[in-house]
Amino acid sequence: MSQTQSVAATERFFLDRFGLSESLLEQIVGGAVARKADYADVYFEFRTVESFSLEDGIVKKANKNVSQGAGVRVVAGDKTGYAHSDDVTVENLQLASRTAQAIAQQGGPSQAVSVRGQQPTHDLYTLAHSPLDVALGDKIALLNQIDIAARRLDSRIKNVFATLAVEHKLVLIAGSTGFIVGDVQPLLRLNVTCIAEEGQLRQHGTYGGGGRVEFDFLTDGERYLRWTRTAAEQALRNLHAVDAPAGSLTVVLGPGWPGVLLHEAVGHGLEGDFNRKQTSAFAGRLGEQVASPLCTVVDDGTIRNRRGSLNVDDEGTPTGRTVLIEKGILRGYLQDRMNARLMGMPLTGNGRRESFAHIPMPRMTNTFMLAGESTPDEIIRSVDRGLYAAHFGGGQVDITNGKFVFSATEAYLIENGQITQPVKGATLIGSGPEALKRVSMVGNDMQLDEGVGTCGKDGQSVPVGVGLPTIRIDGITVGGTRT
Amino acid sequence: MSAQPLEEIAELLLKAARQHGATAADVVAAEGDSLSVGVRLGEVEKLKQSRAKHLGLRVFVNQSTAISATADFSREALVKLAEETCALARITAPDPFAGLPPADDLAREILDLELYDPDVETVTPEHGIAQARAAEAVALGADPRITNSEGAEFSSGYDRVVYASSTGFLGSYRDSGFSLSVVPIATENGGMQRDYWYSSHRRLRALEEPEAVGRKAAQRTLRRLGARQVDTCEVPVVFDPETAASLLRHLAGAVSGYALYKGSSFLIGKLGQTIAPEFLTIYDDGTLVGALGSKPFDGEGVITRRNAVVEKGVLRSYLLDTYSARKLDSRTTGNASRSVADAPHVGTTNLFPAAGEQSPEEILRGIPKGLYVTELIGMGVNPVTGDYSRGAVGQWIVDGELAYPVEEITIAGNLLQMFQGIEAIGSDLELRHSVSAPTIKIGRMTVAGR
Repeated sequence: MSQTQSVAATERFFLDRFGLSESLLEQIVGGAVARKADYADVYFEFRTVESFSLEDGIVKKANKNVSQGAGVRVVAGDKTGYAHSDDVTVENLQLASRTAQAIAQQGGPSQAVSVRGQQPTHDLYTLAHSPLDVALGDKIALLNQIDIAARRLDSRIKNVFATLAVEHKLVLIAGSTGFIVGDVQPLLRLNVTCIAEEGQLRQHGTYGGGGRVEFDFLTDGERYLRWTRTAAEQALRNLHAVDAPAGSLTVVLGPGWPGVLLHEAVGHGLEGDFNRKQTSAFAGRLGEQVASPLCTVVDDGTIRNRRGSLNVDDEGTPTGRTVLIEKGILRGYLQDRMNARLMGMPLTGNGRRESFAHIPMPRMTNTFMLAGESTPDEIIRSVDRGLYAAHFGGGQVDITNGKFVFSATEAYLIENGQITQPVKGATLIGSGPEALKRVSMVGNDMQLDEGVGTCGKDGQSVPVGVGLPTIRIDGITVGGTRT
Repeated sequence: MSAQPLEEIAELLLKAARQHGATAADVVAAEGDSLSVGVRLGEVEKLKQSRAKHLGLRVFVNQSTAISATADFSREALVKLAEETCALARITAPDPFAGLPPADDLAREILDLELYDPDVETVTPEHGIAQARAAEAVALGADPRITNSEGAEFSSGYDRVVYASSTGFLGSYRDSGFSLSVVPIATENGGMQRDYWYSSHRRLRALEEPEAVGRKAAQRTLRRLGARQVDTCEVPVVFDPETAASLLRHLAGAVSGYALYKGSSFLIGKLGQTIAPEFLTIYDDGTLVGALGSKPFDGEGVITRRNAVVEKGVLRSYLLDTYSARKLDSRTTGNASRSVADAPHVGTTNLFPAAGEQSPEEILRGIPKGLYVTELIGMGVNPVTGDYSRGAVGQWIVDGELAYPVEEITIAGNLLQMFQGIEAIGSDLELRHSVSAPTIKIGRMTVAGR
């Protein structure tokens, strides 16, 4: 499908499905954006999710979920009115429009709004073959092979769980500034968990990946088998992990997923809403040094086929590449429409929402640090005593005091410049505006994660990506048990 | 779209599933409305109204299962859903443990647990705005150091849940919920802190007064100002009721039938063993009148009950639904939790320990040096081993008193050892949430800081 066709087709799909017309949309948006309102939009969504789960050696569960709905939003100053329903009818849309409009203190007459079809600037994930259309048998066969491969790797692998999830989302957004834009957003994800047992010891390992990609992405270069091996090896290695150290240590983070550091330490704190409200530890600090000069951090929603990428954000703004930190200096915030307008700053294409049932907010897309000049070997060799963290679970941040955590699930001691024993998982804790100032080496091996990240904020989950080269941090608190 | 009652739609779907070859099936359908309003610095910031109606279908074709969900209630869509779900089931592998609960376990009558407050039908956005505004105003006025706010929020909503299965079970109930919360921000010497307080209840009139919510939020925020790191050490750790509840959630995860049969629990093989001191008893009780976690039947139509999970320190019961019970050669405990789009899973109802006799002050009194935890962040818990490491915020205890605030520290240990190491359970139990706890003291954990 060419891009032009896809936009027209998306619009047609929604108008036909719900018995609407373009002029009716104009009326609804025009009615919502009455005199005292600054902006109004309507967001339609039709989402199909299919998932298959393997456990105990068989694929015993298949799920299919079709959801649809629409939300009408009215923005007046810093106020937002929002109403949504999964029962999309003309009457419900008009009711939603009136409800949302109640936020504007005084109602006024409808404004004439005319919406023009707008092409997304990007075409980042048009797929020749939707993973939804792949034969069910092929999906089941892939999961079965994961089970066989993991158990064959080592007899201590006692159970394997794998889930394949395929999502196909159509959205249509009409805004009172006079645009209508549609997008087709595919998303694929595979997760593998292995349980290893040896005598009384038991451990697990988890790995996976995906993106806005075709099913073949999983089999290309036997990616799914590599992920399976990684999960199994993590479980096996952790069987004999020793207690993690406790206290402030030099930490080396491996490339890829450990970029969750950036997501927590700086990403959330640079979202426009928190900075407009002055509730972020980074508020009012544009132009200040917040990281070592080795650090340049960007958020880029335009990388082809990535889990965190979008052609347009959930307010219809084309996504972009925003430099957040340039050589250690704080340069930019991530914005949605309302916060960009109130702060007098440019749109960055970061207005995102979980679904039609949610109000957009500034959110990250793919957040990563640019590569530096050291080799990963040099970085590890430079550490006398420290921790090497290769993989993480999740993290969390208190954006107001700036304290963030992220939890290592695969880590090793570094002794005399060598990676030695595996240590048990531990949480690392630091202060967002301080932690990156202690980055003393940045590797030349920047990697994006495999495509599994989900970010939660104010009860809304959205898919995101992170990336990092190998980096050395001179001192961060490691929450182990060994004092 | 159809305005048919959910019951009729559920029966239509069961019939269609049978016609397409399902040997058994069940349907969960839910509809609800909710309202939330947000106020920040005295001004209305957000008004949101939601309306939802959707259903989930689970079919069995002999021992093979599939699940689907939709919000499209048109007759054609429902028939197509039944057909597709049966087709999907045929491609999954037969599982000897799959199936509906035995008829003996189903709820025979639907008890009125007083989960619904008709005030939910008449509560207005103006009322919510006034409540939120009052709570925030009290917080902002509590102290000149409270300089900002993330806002205050009021929400209300109701749900109606219908469950029907091919065994002939058809049941429904309504519930309502209200909440009020506020998040003030305090500043001192360039440092900024936020904290929160809330009240939630099934009855509108049972919500705490906005003044009380605002005052408590301000106190909690102010006491964090000037927080610092402490040196790495091993000390007694006291969890306030909010953070103590998180320890119960970890326990609930480990006694879930799914975690157990998957080998993903640190409590495998511990049934009947002592896992905590004699004074610890923990209940999961879905039958408490008016409580936030109560329901007359679970996600499979099984009657809810009161289960003693831990009794006098001994692990007495796992939490099970039909499937995980069969995997473990046991019987459901009425803990099936079901969202429309997914298979049943195990969930808690109202989970809480029996209260102890010491007040929180008495518990603190015996501690020369230790940590009082008021917030935990991050996900550093390994469910398989129980290894525990999380970011913490709280107050440093010196000679039995809360001396100064601490942050940027972690607490670490192992959940099994932590439960065994519980030295005191407070008398301050309040069922503020579906998982609740009083103050809990653990004898020794590693605190990592400087």
